[in-house]
Amino acid sequence: MNHTLWMRSLLAACVAVLLLFPLAGSVYYTQLFTKIMMLSIFAMSLDLLVGYTGLVSLGHAAFFGLAGYVLALMSPQYAAANLLTTLPAALAASALVALAIGLLVLRTSGIYFIMVTLAFAQMLYYLFHDTKLGGGSDGIYIYVKPALSIWGWVPFTLESKVVLYYFTLALMLAVYALLRAVLRSTFGRALQGIKANEQRMRSLGFATFRYKLAAFVLAGTLAGLSGYLAAMQFGFVNPEILSWHQSGNVLMMVILGGMGSLAGPVLGAFAFTLLQDLFESLTKHWQLLLGGFIVLVVLVLPRGLFGLFEYLATLRGRRRGHDD
Amino acid sequence: MDFYSFLIQLLNAVQYGLLLFLLASGLTLIFGIMGIINLAHGSFYMIGAYLAFSLTALTGNLWTAILLGLPLSVVFGVVLEWLLMRRLYARDHLDQVLLTYGLILVFEEMRSVVWGNDVHSVPIPKLVDFSIPLTENLSYQAYRLVISAVCLVIAGAMYWLIQRTRLGMMIRAGASNREMAQSLGINVRLLFSLVFALGVALAAFAGMLAAPVSAVFPNMGGHILIICFVVVVIGGIGSVRGAMVAALMIGLADTFGKVLLPEAAGIAVYLLMALVLLWRPQGLFGRQ
Repeated sequence: MNHTLWMRSLLAACVAVLLLFPLAGSVYYTQLFTKIMMLSIFAMSLDLLVGYTGLVSLGHAAFFGLAGYVLALMSPQYAAANLLTTLPAALAASALVALAIGLLVLRTSGIYFIMVTLAFAQMLYYLFHDTKLGGGSDGIYIYVKPALSIWGWVPFTLESKVVLYYFTLALMLAVYALLRAVLRSTFGRALQGIKANEQRMRSLGFATFRYKLAAFVLAGTLAGLSGYLAAMQFGFVNPEILSWHQSGNVLMMVILGGMGSLAGPVLGAFAFTLLQDLFESLTKHWQLLLGGFIVLVVLVLPRGLFGLFEYLATLRGRRRGHDD
Repeated sequence: MDFYSFLIQLLNAVQYGLLLFLLASGLTLIFGIMGIINLAHGSFYMIGAYLAFSLTALTGNLWTAILLGLPLSVVFGVVLEWLLMRRLYARDHLDQVLLTYGLILVFEEMRSVVWGNDVHSVPIPKLVDFSIPLTENLSYQAYRLVISAVCLVIAGAMYWLIQRTRLGMMIRAGASNREMAQSLGINVRLLFSLVFALGVALAAFAGMLAAPVSAVFPNMGGHILIICFVVVVIGGIGSVRGAMVAALMIGLADTFGKVLLPEAAGIAVYLLMALVLLWRPQGLFGRQ
């Protein structure tokens, strides 16, 4: 079996496991996996910036949290919000804010870009933390999860944990397919060209600013999708979902999994969240283990877990080659 | 706002700004010279404050605590540079962000193991534990003036170090062109080690000075870290002078923001940064 075929069958096997998981897994793990798949969308969206366009954002939680707040603010107190109105509204809000922030932050690059994205995310954090807009530092509860409603006809609600699981799985696969298509298009190639050498892309006639802005808005919108789902699952929003720890964690997932691949961030989201779950069950001081683990990964695995898998796969292929 | 309350706010703003300068100057040097994004800088501030708490309890005096704590933080900085930072120089900024992010978690949890999660206070040294009366019911804490004065002395010393000494010349050379400095025979490795230790010591010192007025509490490094980044970005990466100007600007924006528009106080600082960057993307004193 060659390398790509090996990776592909591995991916297919993973999807199959995810499809069957709620049948076998406990309620706890079904919920945990739902959360992980939401975070996978978040991580893939960030990877579009970090891994493919070369824009390291440390403020990606801004769009994640904003969409969550839109859902919370639009939800009626004791009734289900309509998926058909709140989801597009949340995505539009994330996209618009990403457009506004993108226009400003993309004027900078390198270290400045990292810091400036961080600062804008902090601005949103304080907007929700210091004003009464979103319930201040206490946040807002979402008592009833949204339902799909078309003129009174309700095909499904997301109250059931299993329905939410499959809904999230479907969206995660859709985002994966969408990003895959985007990355194979001329637009996606141009982004990768910008990462490799922006000067050259510009001299080839690409208006690189517009490409970067489009990538920033797309990534922000997808982060919004993930934040919408997360707010729904947690049942509340507070300023912490916009905090820079959130941005740091998702960046960690991307790096841990291996940036510049779409499967990498998903792998990273799984590894990071499951490890956190494991460490939390081991000790009260789990952050010590998690922090130590992060330090170790940076020192030992510069290309992340996905890089490790790929390395093992090529090693396998090479050994086969020698045997023949 | 009458004159004396204005004066009090102004003094507070300057004191906060000068304290930020201590933190931000180390951060900007580490950025500018070593090319390292150090998210763990806030942790050094926190460690300084906790050292001040423990050592003051041990020796009974903040001044002796600082005298003991400073060498400790220098050693800590040198060891950290030797153990971890050294491996990051050739790496991407991304790896630096991650590694130092991991360090924050480690330091924060070690703090929890060693000192617990309670809020502590540190007594103001007896000699300066009084207030200066301004009007019948307004007065100003003398210790805050001491903080400002000490920070100004440090700022002066740094100016002298960077502009007037041989070491400062090397630091400036390293900041403007690392490879060239190395090829001219400057021991860049040693220089980096020194700069990092200096940055750690400055941050820890800021934490020790601030401990009596701000209290000592978990996660105290997190908030101040982000503000310091704002200072560095506004001032221009690598510019100590820029850090001073930006730190005072932020001190004023934050303090008067809290007085005039308490609802939007948190945002004022970031708004200021956005405006400066719109005008000059490389910061006030940054090179293009």
